Amino acid sequence: MVKYTFRGGIHPPYNKWTTSKPIVRLEVPQTLYLPLIQHTGKPAKPLVKRGDEVKKGQKIAEADGYISAAIHAPTSGKVKTIIEHPHPVLLTSYPAIVIEADGKDEWFEEPKERPNWQESSPEEIVNAVREAGIVGLGGAAFPTHVKLSPPKEKPIDTVIINGAECEPFLTADDRILQERPTDVLWGAFLIKRALNASKVYIAIEDNKPEAIKKVSEVLKDFEGFELKVVKTKYPEGAEKQLIKALTGREVPRGGLPMDVGCLVQNVQTSLAIYEAVGFGKPLIERVTTLSGDGVKGSGNYLIRIGTRFQDVVDMTGGMTEDVVKVINGGPMMGIAQYTLEVPVIKGTSGILLFTKKYAKTFVEYNCIRCSKCVDVCPMGLLPLMLVDYIKAKRFVEAKEKYGLLDCIECGSCAFVCPSRINHVQWIKYGKQELRRLG
Amino acid sequence: MSEKTFILSASPHIRTDESVKKVMWFTVFSLIFPAAGAVYFFGFYPLLVMFVSAISAVVAEAIMLKLRGRDVKQCLDGSAVITGILLALTLPPKYPLWEAALGAAFAIVFAKQFFGGIGQNIFNPALIGRAFLMAAFPVDTTTWTPTRFIKPDAFTGATPLAAFKFSKILTPYKDLFFGNVSGSAGETSALLILIGGLILILKGYVDYRLPLSYILSVAFFGGIMWLINPHKYPDPLFHILAGGLMLGAFYMITDMVTSPITPRGRIIYGIIAGFLVVLIRLFSGYPEGVMFSILIVNTLRPWIDRLAKPRILGEVRK
Repeated sequence: MVKYTFRGGIHPPYNKWTTSKPIVRLEVPQTLYLPLIQHTGKPAKPLVKRGDEVKKGQKIAEADGYISAAIHAPTSGKVKTIIEHPHPVLLTSYPAIVIEADGKDEWFEEPKERPNWQESSPEEIVNAVREAGIVGLGGAAFPTHVKLSPPKEKPIDTVIINGAECEPFLTADDRILQERPTDVLWGAFLIKRALNASKVYIAIEDNKPEAIKKVSEVLKDFEGFELKVVKTKYPEGAEKQLIKALTGREVPRGGLPMDVGCLVQNVQTSLAIYEAVGFGKPLIERVTTLSGDGVKGSGNYLIRIGTRFQDVVDMTGGMTEDVVKVINGGPMMGIAQYTLEVPVIKGTSGILLFTKKYAKTFVEYNCIRCSKCVDVCPMGLLPLMLVDYIKAKRFVEAKEKYGLLDCIECGSCAFVCPSRINHVQWIKYGKQELRRLG
Repeated sequence: MSEKTFILSASPHIRTDESVKKVMWFTVFSLIFPAAGAVYFFGFYPLLVMFVSAISAVVAEAIMLKLRGRDVKQCLDGSAVITGILLALTLPPKYPLWEAALGAAFAIVFAKQFFGGIGQNIFNPALIGRAFLMAAFPVDTTTWTPTRFIKPDAFTGATPLAAFKFSKILTPYKDLFFGNVSGSAGETSALLILIGGLILILKGYVDYRLPLSYILSVAFFGGIMWLINPHKYPDPLFHILAGGLMLGAFYMITDMVTSPITPRGRIIYGIIAGFLVVLIRLFSGYPEGVMFSILIVNTLRPWIDRLAKPRILGEVRK
């Protein structure tokens, strides 16, 4: 079989310890924290106030403008307050709707299979997705209805369902593909329908044989669908790299996948679309991988959005005493947390707890120009030169001569660096300074 | 609220086990092969030269780090040891110890620390050390001794390159390959250098493009001259095996700090350096051109880096 791949990349230890652990539904915690921003774009506008009774699935905040997403109550109960609460991505506190669960877990409108949902029109699909508050569940959390409504002059012919899951430790997408392959494909079917695309590629890394098997078993029922096994290499699941690997097309610098007629959606997003369009179920829960050597009950859990990391850990058997690092997401691109108070949000693909064994800290040494970073950069950049220019505060040159804004911050350069240089940190700083300069 | 505190740092949160120290000390380890050749052919004295030269390099580095207010422990990262040993390997087998020590110290102080220490130097420090010794002690630096397997009375004192250049005597390939010829302590055996170099390539510390393009370029330009006049100019194989080309190709031009950072750049770099070797060997007053060829391309490195930038994904080039 042909295995698709891209130039560059790395082979970190994958540590997919939870591949064979079935998805387990986690109980609803006492209190849930729903930040008004869980997506790229404008924060949602609250529709409830302190003391309001809410039901499970009830919209509690609406999208503010086009690039924004609605938020729904993950369970029934009472709005305790709207207060600033630690946020797992912003790394600062941000207003969140706090819901006190009443334990009844009553639906506002119980999801029921809609008649003839397979024949939904593109408008109906996009509307259902917007109403359900779906965002990209791979981590970037871009509102999905926007991606499903490309401008007319940018028709999309190829839909790619991203099941690469190239981040070490994470297995949520893998498990979903193993357990619910048909539902994911139905979601892809709806995406294809919304865009009037002709092809759907399901991309899975070759280290997930079970998922590949399950998908190939049900694939034949779907017209225009193709399973594409991609090489296990990080960052295989990065949008631009995946498009290049599967179609040979290159997203132009500064452009979007739709510029080359492609749309990439994560496996779990596809599943959410199926549930929203087919059943009217809003996005109130997601599968998240809990892993790391500091975790006692590692596994793949179906968690209500708004559940604090602390609750997730407590409900799964706790953590070891010597945890020194908590990560929202994967170890390559995830965000280190300062507290377990942060809630699981729509984009939380993983919760990792590391002891010193994994969470090593290093001091930067002089760059010895070994160029390992150049060899692995999947974008064809020169990370060592970017860092040089950023350190010298020559941000504009870093952008114009060395493509600072092309960096996808995958961290491959920093991973391989023998001098332990924090390329990503420098590059993030450089981008920020560039924005500040305007 | 949980009382625990956690480490906050930017992604990625996992790293390789590789470190500068490991890279450098592994390179030192790979030098065992050429060093063993030096001992086999010239006895234990060259080992003493290597030792003194390496110690001198480390001490010079420590003093400079101290004066520059840097972490003195850096002197043990292995890079100074490499410079010291490499310099010793390029010197004649019976080289005066104090001169070797001086050369190593000069290399570290002037070619490395004055530029800002590890990673900042423009020129290969070991070669600057050798160039300095050649200028300061021209006689000692060109006085060769026979290997243990050549009868002293048959010894003319000339290296294979000099023998050809000045007397048109061609040394047998077998001797050139295995190393039973006169020359610098560590440069005589192509085989042993090849072993050390291959280990570095397999380990990923050396890009094969550098030695390959350099050697092939020497063979190509040397070959052209040979075809023009086979009586006057040596053949390509002789060019490859004689003199310091092998040591230069696997241990000097491949220096991470002073060589280009892109695959394409490395090929261009090797080709230019190879051309210079042939030019110097055949048309200058020196029999050997490896050292100067590398020092000259060292100056071209920033320009080549700019010239050979890889294409950014999605970039359309005019």
